[in-house]
Amino acid sequence: MDIHEHQAKSILSDFGVPVPRGHLAFSPEQAAHASRQLGGPCVVKAQIHSGGRGAAGGVKLCRTEGEVRSFAASLLGRTLVTKQTGAAGKRVDRLWIEEATDIAQEIYLGFVLDRKSERIMIVASGHGGMEIEDLAATDPDSLVRMVIDPAAGLVDYQARELAFRLGLSGKQIGQFVTTLRACYRAYRDLDAMMVEINPLAITGSGDLVALDAKMSFDTNALYRRPQVAALRDPGQEDPRESSAHDNGLAYVGLDGDIGCIINGAGLAMATMDMIKLAGGEPANFLDIGGGASPERVVTAFRTVLTDPNVGVILVNIFAGINRCDWIAKGVVQAYEEVGLTLPVIVRLSGTNVEEGREIIRTSGLPLLSADTLAEAAKLAVRARPTPLAAE
Amino acid sequence: MAILITRDTRVIVQGMSGRIGQFHAEEMIAYGTNVVGGVTPGKGGETHLGRPLFNTVREAVEATGADASLLFVPPAFAADAMMEAADAGIKTAVCVTDGLPAQDMMKVKRFLKRYPRERKMRLIGPNCAGIISPGIGFMGIMPPHIYRPGRVGIVGRSGTLGYEAASQMSALGIGVSSSIGIGGDPINGSSFRDILELFENDEGTDAVIMIGEIGGPQEAEAAAYVRDHMTKPVAAYVAGLSAPKGRKMGHAGAIISAFGESAQEKVEILQDAGIMVAPNPSSMGDTVARMLGLKVAA
Repeated sequence: MDIHEHQAKSILSDFGVPVPRGHLAFSPEQAAHASRQLGGPCVVKAQIHSGGRGAAGGVKLCRTEGEVRSFAASLLGRTLVTKQTGAAGKRVDRLWIEEATDIAQEIYLGFVLDRKSERIMIVASGHGGMEIEDLAATDPDSLVRMVIDPAAGLVDYQARELAFRLGLSGKQIGQFVTTLRACYRAYRDLDAMMVEINPLAITGSGDLVALDAKMSFDTNALYRRPQVAALRDPGQEDPRESSAHDNGLAYVGLDGDIGCIINGAGLAMATMDMIKLAGGEPANFLDIGGGASPERVVTAFRTVLTDPNVGVILVNIFAGINRCDWIAKGVVQAYEEVGLTLPVIVRLSGTNVEEGREIIRTSGLPLLSADTLAEAAKLAVRARPTPLAAE
Repeated sequence: MAILITRDTRVIVQGMSGRIGQFHAEEMIAYGTNVVGGVTPGKGGETHLGRPLFNTVREAVEATGADASLLFVPPAFAADAMMEAADAGIKTAVCVTDGLPAQDMMKVKRFLKRYPRERKMRLIGPNCAGIISPGIGFMGIMPPHIYRPGRVGIVGRSGTLGYEAASQMSALGIGVSSSIGIGGDPINGSSFRDILELFENDEGTDAVIMIGEIGGPQEAEAAAYVRDHMTKPVAAYVAGLSAPKGRKMGHAGAIISAFGESAQEKVEILQDAGIMVAPNPSSMGDTVARMLGLKVAA
C-alpha cells in the first residue's frame, strides 16, 4: 500500500529524519495561507501516489504568495500523467507546500526487501535526484548496496561506512547515521516494503534534509498496523481494483478486450499469456481465489464488466480447493443477475468437473465450453465482437 | 522413491480441528497419507478424525514419532507455528497459509538457521498448494487424482499452474515422482534450487519440470544450479509474458522490479543453461514428453 509524500515525511520525521517545514493544502486559499506562514519562497508539490511528478508539471518553486495561489488553482482537480501512472493518470486533490531549500548535492537513499538475501537492503548513491531505474541504467557504479542482518538490526558502523563511501564528511556523518537509523526503524516497526528518500539533499550550509519521501507498506501486515492502514487514500487507487479487493478478488486492469476470471495467480498469468499468443489482448488479471462460492463468481463477473472495453469473457478454473459445480452455478447465476449479453467461454477442470460441465451443458445459455487452456484462448479470441485492428 | 513425502513419512496437521484443516486432513487420510495426529492448542487429549490431538508440536512428536507437519494456521499465527515445528524436531513442514507479513518470514528464515544441518527443518511455502508423491500421500490442498504415479518431478510457485502441468502430463501418460509447490510469496521456505537438488539426488526421479513466474531471482539461481550441478534433464515454463512492469500479479512475489525478472528475461536465462522451455502454458506436457524423448502427436 502506497501513501502520500507528506504522510511519509511526517512518519520519517517522527523517527528522526530531518525534513523541511511544510503544510498541507486542499484549496488555493489554504496553499496561499501556508506560504504566508512559511514566509519566503516555497515549493508547491502535487500529492499523488506516483514518482515523476516534477517532469509531469506537478512541482513548482514559487516566489510569491500570488504565484502559489495561482499554481495551486491550476493543479488542484487536475489529473497528472507521469511515466509511472499509466495513461489514466492520477487526480490531484491535495498539495504539500514546503519551504524552499538551497541544494548543494543530492543523495539517493532507499530501503527495500532484497529477495536474494531475504533481508532489508539499503541502496544509496551520491548522484540522487533521478529515478532509481535511471540511475541503475546510467550510473550503476554509483550505487552502493548494504544488507541488514535482522537479528542485529542496522549497526552504526554500516551507516558510517556508507556515509564515507558517499563522500560525506564532518557533521554530515552524524546526521546521515541518524537518518539511516530512523529509516530502518520506520521500515521495521511499521512493516514497510519500501522507504525512499530521493533526494536526500545536502544544503548550502552542509546539512542533510529529506526533500522527497516515499513509503510503501506490506498489505499482509496492515492488520497489526492500524495507524498505517488509516493512511490509505482510495482516491489514488483504480476504483475497479479497490472494489475487487474489498470483495476478496485480486484484480489488475489492463488494456485489452478479453475479460478473464481465473483461479490462482500463476494460472491467471498463464491464461493471459495464452490469449496473447492466440492473437488477443487480456482486459484484466483476476484471481478468484480458493473456495469460491457461486456468489463470488457473480461478483467476479460484475468486476470484469466494470471495464467498458470488455467484449468477451473467459472463465478458466482448475479446481483443487475450488469446486467446478459451484463455479458453473455462479456463471449461470451471473447470466441471470447481471443480464449478460457478451459471449462467455468456460473451461473447467479438476474437482467435480463432470457436475460442472453438466450444469454448463444443460443451462440453455449461449456458453462456449472448452476442454483445454489452448482451446479456451482460441475460442475467446475468435468470439470477440470487434476484433482489434490488425497491427 | 520420491522426495519429502515417502511411505515412511509420519504427518501431523497443525490446525487440524479448524474447518479448512479438517477438510483437507480427511482428503489426505482418504488418499492413504500416514496422518498420525493433529495439534490444536487447548484441545490436547481429544481425538479428531480418529487421530489424537495435542497441545504442542513437541508433545505430538514425542507421542507419535511425527517427522512432517502440514500447517493450516491463520496468517497472524503462522510464523509462530513454523518456529514451533522447527524447534520440536519436525523435518519437513508445509505451510499452505496465504497472507503472511514479509517480516515474519524474514524472522522465520533467521530462526531456522540456528539449527545444525542434521536437525534443520525444511520449510515448504507459505502460500503454496503443498506437496504430493502420487500413490503414496500428500500434504496440501491439491486434487490428488490428477497426478499419475511416475518418474518426473514437478516444482512450481503456482498451485493451479502445477495442476495444469500434471494433467497435461497425465493426458500423455507421463507420471510424477513428486510435485512440490514452493509458493508465490517473495520470501519462501525452499527455493527452486533447493527442490532441484532433492530431485537430482532422488533415485525415483528421471527428469524435472520447473514452473516459474515473473519476479524475484530464484529462476536465475536455479538455472545456474542446473547448468553446473544437474545430470538429469530439466524443462521449464515461466508465466507472465504479458504482465506489465511494476504491477503485482496476484502473488505478492509476482512483480517485475529489477533487471532479469521479466518472463522473457527468465526464459533466456533458463535456455542459456540448457533448459528446454515450453513456449506456452498448454505445451508443458508436450515439452516434458520431448525432453523424455517420447513421440508426441502434432
